[in-house]
Amino acid sequence: MDDTQGGAGHGKQYAIQLVVNGDLHSVFVKANTLLVNVLRNQLNLTGTKKGCELGDCGSCTVLLDGKPVNSCMVLAVEADGHEITTVEGIAQNDQLDALQQAFIDHAAIQCGFCTPGMIISARALLSHTPHPTEKEAREAIAGNLCRCTGYVHIVDAILAAAETEKKEV
Amino acid sequence: MYLPDFDYYAPETLKEACSLLARLNGGASVLAGGTDLLSHMKNELISPKALVSLRRIKGLDTIAYVAEKGLVIGARATHNDLAGSQVLRERYPALPETARVMANNQIRNRGTIGGNIVSAVPSADLPPILIALGASVVIEGPNGTRTVLLEQFFVGPRRSIIAADEVLAGIVIPDQATTGSAYCKFGLRRSGALAVVGVAASVVADGASVTQARIVLGAVAPTPLRARQAETLLAGNAVTESLLEEAGRSAANECRPISDIRGSEEYRRDMVRVFTKRALRKALNIPIQHTGEGT
Repeated sequence: MDDTQGGAGHGKQYAIQLVVNGDLHSVFVKANTLLVNVLRNQLNLTGTKKGCELGDCGSCTVLLDGKPVNSCMVLAVEADGHEITTVEGIAQNDQLDALQQAFIDHAAIQCGFCTPGMIISARALLSHTPHPTEKEAREAIAGNLCRCTGYVHIVDAILAAAETEKKEV
Repeated sequence: MYLPDFDYYAPETLKEACSLLARLNGGASVLAGGTDLLSHMKNELISPKALVSLRRIKGLDTIAYVAEKGLVIGARATHNDLAGSQVLRERYPALPETARVMANNQIRNRGTIGGNIVSAVPSADLPPILIALGASVVIEGPNGTRTVLLEQFFVGPRRSIIAADEVLAGIVIPDQATTGSAYCKFGLRRSGALAVVGVAASVVADGASVTQARIVLGAVAPTPLRARQAETLLAGNAVTESLLEEAGRSAANECRPISDIRGSEEYRRDMVRVFTKRALRKALNIPIQHTGEGT
């Protein structure tokens, strides 16, 4: 029986299925369990960070069916049956994604806390807009706050990654 | 930040959702995208005993033109659904343009048009342009469906006419003679900013000659506000710079803004004057002239 139609009872556990970075996971969650906490605490995918936890900072950004969302603002039960990509799912085996390499090459990382969210938002951008303008790159990461104020290098890295991917194709 | 405990329901039909809400007797909140609701629950501004999720109800995220009815938008369509909608771009481009200036990409992927309306926040971006386009909301309840003009939906900040056992199912924009519409938002940042002032305008015009105009002000009253005197000034007249200025001043006079962290009452009034002119120019397709003084 489908378990997520809900029902009364505080503390009730729901069996949900998530496809995270291509792997199917069956986990038990409570109604008030947030997606970010399933990823970090139950699946040990701690690359996804918790910052403001109110949907402002973008540190917890993951792809939900290919679209960037704040995983601190999604109930785990609401993600049942959906596909999630975290920063751990961006690299192909041992090969860094062009974006990850570009972030290193352009020193687009200072403290690193915003980086996973930045990478996810940028990955979503390059997936539907392979040749973004600087404005498009800035708009794509507008929901990701970097408090080290390193936006210039981050934007440089995104545009450079787009160039790299263009050459590879 | 953790959410307090609550019961969770995900019914498959609107009817089921309404009877659940009726049974929970005011103790439940409706969950769509959750971007507003969950942040309020985390901050303990509200503590519903139960959430009734709309996620399993089919057809609530469609955007389609229905002959003899109009443009129908499901309550669970996200802001990015609106921003990317081909049918909206063809018929009411001001709507996707409005959706695109809201919040940020992550929020636009979750936040819904229904939530933006039902939360009844005075600075919400979609209500002014929807009211300018004469939109109605379709409300499902235990005793059936009712359709209400969006203009008559809001009661005050975070208050509307929707009852605890009702669900906003969709929005209908009726066929109309409108020749142009626009929403001009003034926020303190280009992204992730609430409107300090938002002005929507729709016009029926032949060139610069206006037959009818609607001007709706956001963030400057407890609810979205029609600037009816400004509308009257425009109706039946040829638009000139001085008439636009007159309409802007009238709208500034008609609004009832508060002073808060985002702007003083006086500042908001002056921004209403400026943004009313901008919205009208955009709706009338008149290029902005840079005179250097509050245009």
